[in-house]
Amino acid sequence: MTPAIEIKGLQKSYGPRPALRGVDLSLAFGQALAIFGPNGSGKTTLIKVLATLAQADGGTARIAGLDLQQSETALRRRIGVVTHQTYLYDDLTSYENLRFYGRLFSVPHLEARISEVAALLGLEERMHQRVRTLSHGLQKRLSIARAVLHGPQVLLLDEPEAGLDPQAQEVLARLLAEHLHGGGAALITTHNVEQGLALGSHVAILAQGRVVYRQERPAVTEAEFDETYARLTGASRQARDEAAQ
Amino acid sequence: MRALLSILWKDLLLEIRTKETVTPVLVFALLVVVIFDFALEPRRDLIVTVAPGVLWASITFAGVLGLSRTFTLEQERGGLQGLMLAPIGREVIYLGKFLSSFIFMLAVEAAILPVFSAIFNLPFFLPQVWVQAILATLGYAAVGTVFAAMSLNTRARDIMLPVLFFPIVVPVLMAAVEGTSAALRGESWSGALRWIQLTAAFDIIFTVLGAMTFGLVLKE
Repeated sequence: MTPAIEIKGLQKSYGPRPALRGVDLSLAFGQALAIFGPNGSGKTTLIKVLATLAQADGGTARIAGLDLQQSETALRRRIGVVTHQTYLYDDLTSYENLRFYGRLFSVPHLEARISEVAALLGLEERMHQRVRTLSHGLQKRLSIARAVLHGPQVLLLDEPEAGLDPQAQEVLARLLAEHLHGGGAALITTHNVEQGLALGSHVAILAQGRVVYRQERPAVTEAEFDETYARLTGASRQARDEAAQ
Repeated sequence: MRALLSILWKDLLLEIRTKETVTPVLVFALLVVVIFDFALEPRRDLIVTVAPGVLWASITFAGVLGLSRTFTLEQERGGLQGLMLAPIGREVIYLGKFLSSFIFMLAVEAAILPVFSAIFNLPFFLPQVWVQAILATLGYAAVGTVFAAMSLNTRARDIMLPVLFFPIVVPVLMAAVEGTSAALRGESWSGALRWIQLTAAFDIIFTVLGAMTFGLVLKE
């Protein structure tokens, strides 16, 4: 079966500074991989490269069977991306933002789909409010709605829990579970061990641009993971918690 | 086409709501015109000679503010990256941003030209001037869109944009000034036509090159 994500020897440098030094990863449909790593380990760069926002210098990557270099435009239809930035326009309403992105993705039955994702994210009452009047948490929810609007097969989530209130985190966890149950896949980068272990069916650690650890979630406890993380990255739990904040 | 129109619709709607691009650009352009009016007051005999230069200098300096603002708005919440995540060609993003910049600039010119005409007592409602203005604005926006995107990730982008952009757009501006001069001197269409043709040629070249290079400019 075609893997959801298949990465071999992925490299990316910014000037003389290497951000990814040969990342190898694979992920099947129905799985969620939570990637941990200290600041500067390459997590965000990995998401950017997979999201086609940055160009890899070497290696290969395929998402849902499509090559990152050769099928860039078609590939974007199969991914949904959530990052630190919401990609929303402050002076458009929630509905207008979703309609705008829906049109860019040629989403069929757009009005019905907008209503569906708004209900999924608990945003029905906020659809005609301008984004700048929404709280940070609601903006983040709307950003997730934007990312799933076109029904992507693979979700790329860069620290999705940042800025989410506990209620919204529950919504995200439920949405992710439904996505995986429906045969989708997700790659999640995070500093938050509790969240990452809860969301991921697999966990990995990225350090200095390389995958230094990969394990199935049930095989690792939080305490063991903390110890492994500290050993492999040289970063204490305290440092990681500070980064998460 | 649908995606292009969506980008255009989004930009126009945002501008109608915020008025953050056209209004300051218009005020700046009017200020430049007024300053030149004061500067030229003792030498009214020079006006016909220098007026086209004054007009295009005001449009050029004001326009660069508008280009910069259009892309700054995109960058604030990562909107440009949001566009880049859509399954559309980079040239569609380019054409959408290019057309919205073109419309904003044209709106500014539509407001400036009558004021300019009144201040300098010149017949600016000549069709040759308008055709020249529309074509020169197309070329200006075609090049400016690429350079505004390019300068987004540079330090001191407000300085870098004009420094990089003006040397490239000089042929369009020269043709615009010469075409406007020919019209103001009362030359027939044939006098202005060669400048109009030259501007149209630059428009085609710059638009094609812009669409081809925009993807490279955006990618990290």
